[in-house]
Amino acid sequence: MAQRRLQLEIYRYDPNDPQTAPRMDRFEIDEEPMMNLFTVLTRIREEQDPSLMFDFSCRAAVCGSCGMLINGKPQLACQTLTQTLPKKTTLHPLPVFRHVGDLGVDTGTWFRTMYENIGSWVHTEEEFDPQAIEQRLPNDLMLEIYELERCIECGCCVAACGTANVRDDFVGAVTVNRLARFMIDPRDQRTNLQYYDVMGTDDGIFGCMGLLGCDDICPKEIPLQKTLAMVRRKMAMTGLKGK
Amino acid sequence: MEKVLTDVLVIGGGLAGERAAVEAAMRGCDVTVISLIPARRSHSCAAQGGMQAALGNTAKAEGDSVDVHFNDTVKGSDWGADQDRIRLFVEAMPQVVRQMDHWGVPWNRVVPGKFTFHKRGQKHEAEDRQEKAGLITQRDFGGVSYWRCAYTADGTGHTLLYTMDNVAAKFGVKIHDRVEAVALIHDGQNCLGAVVRDLRDGSLRPYLAKATVIATGGFGRIYGKSTNAIQNEGTGCIIAQDTGLVPLGNMEAIQFHPTALVPVWILITEGCRGDGGYLLDRDNHRFMADYEPEKQELASRDVVSRRMIQHIRAGKGVEGPYGQHLWLDIRHLGRRHLETRLREVTDICRHFIGVDPLTEPVPVLPTQHYSMGGVRTDIDCAAYGLRGLYAAGEAGCWDMHGFNRLGGNSLAETLVTGWIAGTKLCDYIEKDFDAAFAPKLIEEAVRAQQARIDGLIKGGGDENVYQLRKEMEDALLDNVHIFRNGPQLEKAVNELKDLHARSRKLKLESHGKWANPELSMALKLPGMIRLALSIAYGGLKRTESRGSHYREDFPARDDQNWLKRTLAYWKQPDDELPTLEYEAPVITESPPGSRGYGESQVIPAEGKK
Repeated sequence: MAQRRLQLEIYRYDPNDPQTAPRMDRFEIDEEPMMNLFTVLTRIREEQDPSLMFDFSCRAAVCGSCGMLINGKPQLACQTLTQTLPKKTTLHPLPVFRHVGDLGVDTGTWFRTMYENIGSWVHTEEEFDPQAIEQRLPNDLMLEIYELERCIECGCCVAACGTANVRDDFVGAVTVNRLARFMIDPRDQRTNLQYYDVMGTDDGIFGCMGLLGCDDICPKEIPLQKTLAMVRRKMAMTGLKGK
Repeated sequence: MEKVLTDVLVIGGGLAGERAAVEAAMRGCDVTVISLIPARRSHSCAAQGGMQAALGNTAKAEGDSVDVHFNDTVKGSDWGADQDRIRLFVEAMPQVVRQMDHWGVPWNRVVPGKFTFHKRGQKHEAEDRQEKAGLITQRDFGGVSYWRCAYTADGTGHTLLYTMDNVAAKFGVKIHDRVEAVALIHDGQNCLGAVVRDLRDGSLRPYLAKATVIATGGFGRIYGKSTNAIQNEGTGCIIAQDTGLVPLGNMEAIQFHPTALVPVWILITEGCRGDGGYLLDRDNHRFMADYEPEKQELASRDVVSRRMIQHIRAGKGVEGPYGQHLWLDIRHLGRRHLETRLREVTDICRHFIGVDPLTEPVPVLPTQHYSMGGVRTDIDCAAYGLRGLYAAGEAGCWDMHGFNRLGGNSLAETLVTGWIAGTKLCDYIEKDFDAAFAPKLIEEAVRAQQARIDGLIKGGGDENVYQLRKEMEDALLDNVHIFRNGPQLEKAVNELKDLHARSRKLKLESHGKWANPELSMALKLPGMIRLALSIAYGGLKRTESRGSHYREDFPARDDQNWLKRTLAYWKQPDDELPTLEYEAPVITESPPGSRGYGESQVIPAEGKK
């Protein structure tokens, strides 16, 4: 592979400095084999502009820190290899989430609010008995829960959501998926009616316009289309049967 | 000045920190967790393989017990650990796994019937019993006698952390993310909280607490090449050591994981070898069977890493664009296995280096992975030197790992030590807390940190932050790695001493205002170099080989002179080197003996053979 000189146009704005208008800064860097955007951005910060703000943690696509718009598409920067990119690439922060600076957005507060709103934990009346052995559960069901639990909360599905981009109150696919994980878990004793209270609304599952940008871009390939359909059906049935 | 008042301050939002927070919240304390990043993005989420608990559910775990878990862990530690902690730990683990199940972790379960598995290069068959159906199943791991590692596919850390964070939300634990503790506040006897920098706007504020827990994880990033997440820079250990009162234990005990992915240094779980994967050389030969006929690929990590480097030195490495490496081969485990139980690993190989482990072997090399050392604590997880200060998880040196941690024992330790720290600090707050939050003391602590920031912004130095950091990483990578020797360790100590002096004259290239990332790095770099010095100097003085600390010039484990733990203090800010003290490990049940794998040269303690 002939070595390319990559060009990056990166969105720059620091909310602490409202006098300075947002701008696009241009950087160039020599491409290397197996280079990804974590390496690129780290190197730009260390060698060209130490004020550049962005977020990484695991740099292995398991923590969800580095969602950003890569040539307009929400993706994880760490698992984006430069060899899949054109010579010139633009980087913007994810929309919907509060901006922190340059490529960084505040997903922490957004998700924390979500957990509290939907009660993102196993609701049970049973006390933990330290002397007892664990509840017997089928392995296939555990795999099914894990399939939804694998979500890393990168926020890409929210950024790609037609509804979330125009409505602040829409919960997004990630929230539906989170609640679905509890719906299929027999350890959670909530009833469909209780789920309906948090999800059977216009800012919940019924706000979804079915554009499925979420399913298209999910970097972890969570089956969001299937999950959204499952929750919509369950909530519609619960609504029909009446409260 | 804005202050945050709380009963309990937990520094670090990973598994250990959140487990401590939840315990204290369940006891009715007001708890605040501070974290550099959203808690769920902490490095705990990257743990893949699982956690060890002697449940004995699968057929291959029949005969296992807490006593066997105890002995495996002691051998793994090369007798460097405190055995009273190990006993407490192994007894607690079955309950800890089941409590996480009660809270919602989707542990993989026993499916009754025949199954096949690969071990020592052969295919074998076993049968899970009907009476165990639906109980938590387990997989094989390195350095263990039975299949003991409970797991959820290869995303165990992820499901544990998400579940723990759910429980934290349930019990009303407050989480402040994008903040960083830059100093502890103390009066010489009691820890009273921390000075915290807001990573959104750069402001400082004191967090005042009756009890403080350090749970900031490991410090692998000071090696540059590490499987650790990028925030694992040892901030908790730095602020503890900076008090001059709290020692760091066994800093020279650094674990190198045999299988990190070349060239991105992402962890490829030991579960791959536990599930039957092989290590191959340039001739596609399974060399581990030659070196370790008994354990083969599943000897302890320190041993496998050394054997790999030894084999590369013997000319058997594979040439690649990033130097020499070896192969991890999991092709024979089959598609279903790779796309369910080893799914994250499979995705990582495909996405990050374009290799499909179903059809190709994976390039791997031993890489810095875990810090056995950390803030030294007693059995209650209370730090030496300051009342009201606790440490849990990888940041601490509770010391159940000694000189080599077994795979699957670290996720396990986060939950046990988090639980203990949470319990014991509540007892302390209820019965023993007796300190005053003197306004002058707090203002002075904040002022001292503000002065550092102002000094850096004002300038006057001439050293580049990232250049110095690179030199620190190279000093460790070149000289304090898997094989160590006197001259190289001495070289590292001298280089790091020089870097430490130079780190007092840093010059920022950018404005340094608000949440400026260069300033963040400049604030912690001197402390990171002190950690590096504690590792290198502790390693230079330890003239023996034990667990992960291997000295080519002193290849034997020396129980006569070195059956002891290093305690590294940084007594005065102007000191050039840490002050090293030593203490004996607690040996309650198992006198030093043979590990049954590895190089096993031992100089016995006097009067023993």
